[in-house]
Amino acid sequence: MKIALMGQPNSGKSTVFNDVAGYKAITSNFPGKTVKYTLTKFNLLGQTIELVDLPGTYSLTSFDLAELEARKYLLKGNVDVVINVIDASLLSRSLELTLQLLELKLPMVICLNMIDEADRKGIKINIEKLSKILGIPVVPTIALKGKGVKKLFSMACKIGEEKRIGKTLNFSKDVEDVVTQLSIQIKKKQISQEFNVTERFLAIKYLENDSYYMENFEKRDKDIFKDIIHFQNQLSETHGRQSDVVISSERHHLSMNIYESVVLLTRPHTSLIDYLDNILMHPFLGYISLGLIFYLFFNLIFSAGKMVEEPLLDYFYRLIPLIEKSINPNTLSFSIINGIIQGLAGGIAIVLPYLFPFLFGLAILEDLGYLPRIAFLLDAFLHKIGLHGKAIIPFILGYGCTVPAIMATRILESERDRFIASVLATMIPCAARMTIIFALVAFYISPQAALAIYILNIIVIVISGKILSRLLPEITPGMILEIPAYHIPSIKVALAKTWLRMKEFIFIAWPLLIAGSTVLSLLQYFKADNYINQLFSPLTFSLLGLPIVVGTTLIFGILRKELSMLMLIQAIGTSNVAAVMSTTQIMTFTIFIIFYVPCVATIAVLWKEIGSKRTLFTIAFTSILAIILATITRFVY
Amino acid sequence: MTITLDSIRKNQKVKVVSFSGGWGIRQRLGCLGIHPGDIITVKRSAIMRGPILISVHGNQVALGRGVARKVVVEAE
Repeated sequence: MKIALMGQPNSGKSTVFNDVAGYKAITSNFPGKTVKYTLTKFNLLGQTIELVDLPGTYSLTSFDLAELEARKYLLKGNVDVVINVIDASLLSRSLELTLQLLELKLPMVICLNMIDEADRKGIKINIEKLSKILGIPVVPTIALKGKGVKKLFSMACKIGEEKRIGKTLNFSKDVEDVVTQLSIQIKKKQISQEFNVTERFLAIKYLENDSYYMENFEKRDKDIFKDIIHFQNQLSETHGRQSDVVISSERHHLSMNIYESVVLLTRPHTSLIDYLDNILMHPFLGYISLGLIFYLFFNLIFSAGKMVEEPLLDYFYRLIPLIEKSINPNTLSFSIINGIIQGLAGGIAIVLPYLFPFLFGLAILEDLGYLPRIAFLLDAFLHKIGLHGKAIIPFILGYGCTVPAIMATRILESERDRFIASVLATMIPCAARMTIIFALVAFYISPQAALAIYILNIIVIVISGKILSRLLPEITPGMILEIPAYHIPSIKVALAKTWLRMKEFIFIAWPLLIAGSTVLSLLQYFKADNYINQLFSPLTFSLLGLPIVVGTTLIFGILRKELSMLMLIQAIGTSNVAAVMSTTQIMTFTIFIIFYVPCVATIAVLWKEIGSKRTLFTIAFTSILAIILATITRFVY
Repeated sequence: MTITLDSIRKNQKVKVVSFSGGWGIRQRLGCLGIHPGDIITVKRSAIMRGPILISVHGNQVALGRGVARKVVVEAE
């Protein structure tokens, strides 16, 4: 049986999904984090269930790419049951999507999630009555605690087998008449079959002027086109507003009526967390707290990482002389063993100590619901680089990894905004580059120097943003963003999320690091690294004033950015970088690594999201930028 | 007298009259529970002509200045 989770953004679909799948889908407290669907299979009472977690969508009229994906998936027609996940504390608004889903005439169950949150807000819902009105089962759940989820799925299976569908709820009489008349015309022409929807659904979409359905109808049939325009005009004349507003208002009233008949409002329980916005969104204190939070965050990662890096590095570098005693250092097998140890050491001692505290801290901020607040605070600033507040979300995710950051640009409405945000996101130092900044600059120069790199990076991004928005002078659509209530983060969920993101490093990047350092060992053994280094020496040695040996590390850095640092340590032949490179050289190297060509994984996702031409532009743009900035660093720092 | 949402003071309650924006903006506002006739409260506004935060049906929504300018309201 195939079950799809459908619901408005931030209603907890991914949390329900993770309850049965294990932590597979990233959850956070901001609308629109799921941008593509995730699948899982599990067994329930001897039956195999295929569950799909779809991106959140406010309505079945789609605006952004993620929402479009959800609708397309649902209309493909191979879903047996839809679970409509609703945030119980936002019942009236959520019902507007439910009403549209009912029009699809698919077997459906409602998951009334976050029922505890609704309780806290003083919203008591009469579940039986709601179920009776809609004609489908309603199961209350607290997905974060796993409560009610089992019952939800056994109910979904039952409904799927019975193929039971809900009621159609009618609009007010005059609107309903128009819908019915248009449905009859659509039925005559038999055009709803090819879209795989009911006539009524299609009629409503036409009255709403939905661009997807309107797009190619004109060529197909002049008669139906005339009918649609006629009925649209009839609605707007009788109601004095556009036909799409008439329909959405109708749906709104219907939802409000249902809401009022099933809800009993009591006194809400306020807690301290409700007052948090008085500080975090305050026009003055908000910015102070933003700076403070990130400053503390930065310090925490550094001190936690350093505490682990030092003893571990010592340990590993005591190991190599020991091996030298038992195996002759001039043999091939020593080269290979040395390469493997360097790769292992790099992962354990240099990358993980910084990666873990960073990802854990980010998870806590995400789950708390802080990210949309940052979007609110920084909207005005982002307008200066031609974007709007929502773009801050991919940027912040970019400090973790550039790949999900570029995927997250899908929450932006216009193609131009997505392009600019994607290019800028590639320049944000991801966790891989963060480890370079911390392990080289903060470790060998000073934490202040590392902080300066972050500040310089932001300045460069702002200037690049200004240049790009000059090149593409189009006005960004304004920001419309839901600011969800705060949630107290669960440590367990935050750890699960950190682990999911770290798995990417451990199983994909780390083997690559080990392979990379082994290849470098072999190159050194066969003296092939000299050729590569010579080839790059006009750039590395003459222009940037770096040691000639860094040439090879730059090529490998394209595979994974951490690799260039690990290979640097290997190439210069000591873990004490400061003994071989001056502070200026360390700084120049780091600046170059941060900006030049994004890593392979990023290039792949860019190619998919913004196309080949724009990806090549990004590569050229970032390379030129890296050369200019690194040259300046050489002479100025 | 009708005014637009961007000129409303903090903590003031207003009623939505209409939207002057195009189809996309109307639909997106509708999705977040903002329709003609709804009562909304302006909770705060960001500095430097940044967005405003409104409360509608017990839910908080941030609207950029440009968007707020397209929402025609009347004082309650």
